[in-house]
Amino acid sequence: MPAMLRNLAQRLGMMAHSFDGGIHPSDHKLGAGLHSEPCPLSPVHILPMKMHIGEACLPLVAVGDRVLRGQKIARSEGYVSVPVHASTSGRVVRIEEYAIPHPSGMGMPSIIIESDGDDASDDSLEPITDWRNTDPALLRERARMCGLAGLGGAVFPTFIKLVQDSRFPIETVVLNGIECEPWLTTDHRLMLEYADEILTGLAIIMHMVNTDSAIIAIEDNKSDAAEAIEQALALRDDLEGARVVLLPTRYPQGSEKQLIYSLTGREVPAGKLPMHIGMLCQNVATARALYRAVVRAEPLTERLVTVSGDAMPRPANLHVRIGTPMRYVFAQQGLTDFEDVRILHGGPMMGELLRHPDVPVVKSTNGMLAMLEASFMGGHTQEQACIRCGHCSEACPAGLVPNLLADQCRSDQFEKAESYDLFDCIECGACSYVCPSNIPLVHYFRYGKGQIAQQRREKSFAEASRLRSEAREMRIERENQARAARRSSVRKTHAPAAESTAKTDAAGDSAADKTDEGSKD
Amino acid sequence: MLVMLSSPHMHGGDSLRMMMLTVILALLPAAAVSVYLFGWLAVLLILVCMLSCLATEAVCLKLMGKSLTTLLDNSAALTGLLLALTLPALTPWWMAVVGSIFAIVLGKQVYGGLGYNIFNPALSARVILLISFPLQMTTWIIPMSAATPVVNLYDLSTCLTLFFAGPDALKLGLDAISMASPLGHVKTEWTLGVPVADALAHYHYSYLGAFLGTEAGSIGETSVLALLIGGVFLMARHSITWHIPFSYLATVAVLAALFSGIDPDHFAPPMFHLFAGGLMLCAFFMATDPVSSPVTPTGQIVFGIGCGVLTWSIRSFGGYPEGAMFSVLLMNCAVPLIDHYFRPRVYGHESGRKS
Repeated sequence: MPAMLRNLAQRLGMMAHSFDGGIHPSDHKLGAGLHSEPCPLSPVHILPMKMHIGEACLPLVAVGDRVLRGQKIARSEGYVSVPVHASTSGRVVRIEEYAIPHPSGMGMPSIIIESDGDDASDDSLEPITDWRNTDPALLRERARMCGLAGLGGAVFPTFIKLVQDSRFPIETVVLNGIECEPWLTTDHRLMLEYADEILTGLAIIMHMVNTDSAIIAIEDNKSDAAEAIEQALALRDDLEGARVVLLPTRYPQGSEKQLIYSLTGREVPAGKLPMHIGMLCQNVATARALYRAVVRAEPLTERLVTVSGDAMPRPANLHVRIGTPMRYVFAQQGLTDFEDVRILHGGPMMGELLRHPDVPVVKSTNGMLAMLEASFMGGHTQEQACIRCGHCSEACPAGLVPNLLADQCRSDQFEKAESYDLFDCIECGACSYVCPSNIPLVHYFRYGKGQIAQQRREKSFAEASRLRSEAREMRIERENQARAARRSSVRKTHAPAAESTAKTDAAGDSAADKTDEGSKD
Repeated sequence: MLVMLSSPHMHGGDSLRMMMLTVILALLPAAAVSVYLFGWLAVLLILVCMLSCLATEAVCLKLMGKSLTTLLDNSAALTGLLLALTLPALTPWWMAVVGSIFAIVLGKQVYGGLGYNIFNPALSARVILLISFPLQMTTWIIPMSAATPVVNLYDLSTCLTLFFAGPDALKLGLDAISMASPLGHVKTEWTLGVPVADALAHYHYSYLGAFLGTEAGSIGETSVLALLIGGVFLMARHSITWHIPFSYLATVAVLAALFSGIDPDHFAPPMFHLFAGGLMLCAFFMATDPVSSPVTPTGQIVFGIGCGVLTWSIRSFGGYPEGAMFSVLLMNCAVPLIDHYFRPRVYGHESGRKS
């Protein structure tokens, strides 16, 4: 339906709100019907010091130390950070740089644990069963201590969002069960199999931010999950204000800002956060992890991962310990030969292409996809000229004009790109997906954003050095003046005898003053 | 070899080739009508234009050291077809060739090739031809089914002679087979002081004929019906959106209705404007050329309105009887400006926009 008619219908209340643009990629949800199962314990676990957005952690253990499952092995540095925990019991064998799931193949200091097979847990943490009567601040500390970060893929430290701020009271909690990425089925399975754990997690969140209103958002291609949640909801009496909303399937419905608009018709103003309009979004998997952390005192050491792809012999939804090597997980499902296979970390729309499977599963790993090299991207990899068809603009959920932005980024017109709202791009990839010329638009946007960030850093650095050198010049000037003042007072004391020398001195001083002034320019 | 690419790692499957092919398919009804009306002459024109466009494109790519696989994107073939459909049936072969070379070289490749041209290549070539050869470009052959034919256009050898040697070779006076276009006729009569209604009556103008395609005109622009079928097909295939054709045609209709209502002797009625000349072809196939039209829906509506105002103005007040192609070309120049000022509202921003 034309966007204009849709907008009109929405405004007149004839139609539910729905974000602009978006696409309908074929969903390939092979794992939707596959019950989740545990992945066998790997002999080695690699735990990078940073698996969240924010600052990296510092190791608390040394090589040779014995560790237990759930034991804190690295402490967080700075506010935007959460600690790292051992995923199983064993011995620290190395602490060294190890490749992490990143397209560049970059490494990260990591603690490598050899499993002893006992899988013994650290029981030092006490369960908080009476969370309803617990101070939200304590629960917040629990979320931080247990290493919780947004499991939808963004891995932003969860505790930061779970706060009561009197300026921005949270009216509604949105539980995000959209999972609009093709192939991925983890949130779907969690909602089907762990509905009650998710709902308890939601109740804890609502208690923490002091609201009794919540929306559980699910796309209509997962109506079975919506039913499961509704059934679980009906059995509880503590979630009167929570309701399930089934939204029409459209990518990127799961994007926080788009989802809030679809649910409420309100937009998060540019540069602001959902909390500024009284909303809080959490992923269903994060809600479940919060339940586990609070009620069962389990730090985040395991997550559900969709192992799928057209090159995958046995697709599955696996509960994988964090730090398990991906090669090991793939091997469990029958994939050992990576010739002519491309590995994706996350979904195909926003995930990362990996160079090799020798990286650990981390907190953001919602999917591991093995794609056939031959059919990758359906052969749409050769970039051609833009014919300005405008399909990208139609698909853009943020209301940008991607083809103009890409032109600006490609030709390094960064100021112009900024004025065309480059930083409002959410990198969902809808534009690249529809482009008939196979232009990697998002790639250009990342380049532009990176260059602008770099320029800003350099500018602030230059600004700092300018201030420093100005301060220095002022100090020198002050010192000179003080010296001159001292001298003239000395001169006054010996006035008649030193008259001739005073004259030459004065001439020298004024000359020095002049050069000083000159150097200031 | 493993090429590192950033996300997304999935593609919707649209391609330039298919988009161009869709437009070519959408032009088939109009092409079929042209063959029905003008016989082998239309076939020859279309073939010569398409082949010369492809050949010129190949030479250009070769000269610029680019890969010839670009030919497969179908854009040169489409330009050839579009150009052919805007030409009168009696266009000599060499003029078609010159037009095709103009279209590819001056219309497209000098700007840097596909995607970089400011003007619609086929239309700019058509205008160059009109200005260079005004007589040949305004000599309209009587469509076959409209009057008793003096020459049999279904006869290949007759058409080959007409096409390659000209009407003189058949000892045919141009007058014997040509007539004025409805737009040209009305304009001439009007300058002589004849009211529009009388001029149309003298011409034996028929709205049904214009709708089906039996009034005089360029080979591909006569049949409103065939062009509408193509336009609807394009919209159904999501090749174009309704914004440009609708705003373009609506603007012409509204202006014509307004002014012919005020002064019916001087201004032609809306239906006449809509059915006449190259308007339909321009509205559905030329103004919607993605490269030379605005990207955003609002911009496209502004563009369509601009085309409509210009077309109606040139037809009503200008020196030329037809203004559709001029107006599209003029609006093509304004596209960067339109793109700049009529961007969509960005999520989370106020609707007011700083420059």
